[in-house]
Amino acid sequence: MSDIPLLKVKALSKFYGSRIGCQNVAFELWPGEVLAVVGESGSGKTTLLDCLATRLAPSTGSVEYRMRDGQFRDLYRMSEAERRFLMRTDWGFVHQNPADGLRMTVSAGANVGERLMAVGDRHYGKIRATATDWLGRVEIATDRIDDQPRAFSGGMRQRLQIARNLVTNPRLVFMDEPTGGLDVSVQARLLDLLRGLVSDLGLAAIVVTHDLAVARLLSHRMMVMKDGHIVETGLTDRVLDDPQAPYTQLLVSSILQV
Amino acid sequence: MIESHSQLATYNFAYLDEQTKRMIRRAILKAIAIPGYQVPFASREMPMPYGWGTGGVQVTAAVIGPNDTLKVIDQGADDTTNAVSIRAFFQKVSNVRVTTKTTEATIIQTRHRIPETALQAGQTLVYQVPIPEPLRFLEPRETETRKMHALEEYGLMHVKLYEDIARHGRIATTYAYPVKVEGRYVMDPSPTPKFDNPKMHQSPALQLFGAGREKRIYAIPPYTEVVSLDFEDHPFEIQTFSEPCALCGAKGSYLDEVILDDKGGSMFVCSDTDFCEDRQAEGHRGHLSANPAEAAE
Repeated sequence: MSDIPLLKVKALSKFYGSRIGCQNVAFELWPGEVLAVVGESGSGKTTLLDCLATRLAPSTGSVEYRMRDGQFRDLYRMSEAERRFLMRTDWGFVHQNPADGLRMTVSAGANVGERLMAVGDRHYGKIRATATDWLGRVEIATDRIDDQPRAFSGGMRQRLQIARNLVTNPRLVFMDEPTGGLDVSVQARLLDLLRGLVSDLGLAAIVVTHDLAVARLLSHRMMVMKDGHIVETGLTDRVLDDPQAPYTQLLVSSILQV
Repeated sequence: MIESHSQLATYNFAYLDEQTKRMIRRAILKAIAIPGYQVPFASREMPMPYGWGTGGVQVTAAVIGPNDTLKVIDQGADDTTNAVSIRAFFQKVSNVRVTTKTTEATIIQTRHRIPETALQAGQTLVYQVPIPEPLRFLEPRETETRKMHALEEYGLMHVKLYEDIARHGRIATTYAYPVKVEGRYVMDPSPTPKFDNPKMHQSPALQLFGAGREKRIYAIPPYTEVVSLDFEDHPFEIQTFSEPCALCGAKGSYLDEVILDDKGGSMFVCSDTDFCEDRQAEGHRGHLSANPAEAAE
């Protein structure tokens, strides 16, 4: 891990009228680090993620990202063209519902290849070879390359969405409940896959989840949110094994023991 | 105003009122200034249904003058319903000369074809466009497609071509084949066969596109670069035909299949009727054309 952070978030707030989405959030994210944002429904996790991923403009505060040339740029001072370019090259966004992140009416191969074509790849054979390679890496049989995601199971769709996001070798991936709605065995395989990819590719990731087990498995560091505020941050194992804030203690003690 | 002795209401020259024509001309000028960009305009109700060429008719009405000569084609033919009606319409409301000869026309309104005879400087080709947005079937949101045009995000267009190759082994899009105009805007050339795409490139004629229902006008000024999108390993190709025209023997023109009987008999003839008739008048014969000597008797 490098000494210079990849993402610097300062005093970030988002208000929906008089309601608070998230307030005064500040943190830094280093290359190769996986940060989990946990909390109950309505705690502002997704609002925070959307503000970071430029899907929702924050009310105040700044988000600075270190570009490939080493320069820090404020995401909300960039032109929209630059921001969208960043989103489809250096970043990935994995939605909870794969239908939001995939084009359901085009084949799996085209879904993976879209980002390549968007950055100017114009060789069909090479695009297809890359798509085939990526389908293999996310454990989708390569003979399904011409099938539409509609014909895929939930777990396959989620893996396809991951392949689609990682094909341009991004440095930062945002994930919104990546395992939500999947049954436990499929969830376990997906987590295994994600963990492998994150460590192989040295990805930095911000994972929003309400599932503390997912956070423990994937993340190095963790932020606990409640009512739009961060109530506790720390190394994942520390937070889960020795929660300090009363709310975190409640959260950790609420885990069902099987 | 045209002279009329009937009890019917009379029309302003070329049907539209002068304010409307000015509005459309402003849209056309903007379209010419930004080749391939879709300019919104306040499309009017025309005395014909949407989908029958209301956009093309409005563009023609805005650019036509008393000294113009108008030709109207539908699928290349001068004698089909749409072509005959629109030609008669302009004859009635603007009293201009009309022709079926490509070389004599100053304005050619077209649906689905570009004439085989090369167009000249000073001629204007007006296309009737049903759906002006090339990205529409991939991205249904207008706000998003406009943003994609603004930011030049055209990766999605290649996704469609990718799908074609994955499914059919080649680019199977045969009409409305997307083009990039002057290295900037991706444009739908209206449902012309891709056979006609190369004719748009560096054409000496002005090309105007009108979409009445969708309320958009776009243009290709003369001598503009028009490139059909493709892949390096699957380059753009036009359709080819295995046999020449059955009436005029032309090779390398775009052919229509005409059913001759109910036993499966058919022939391939030029879709451009004016081109085919000219060639026959010059003495060219296909294998099904009547012998001129016999026809005379």
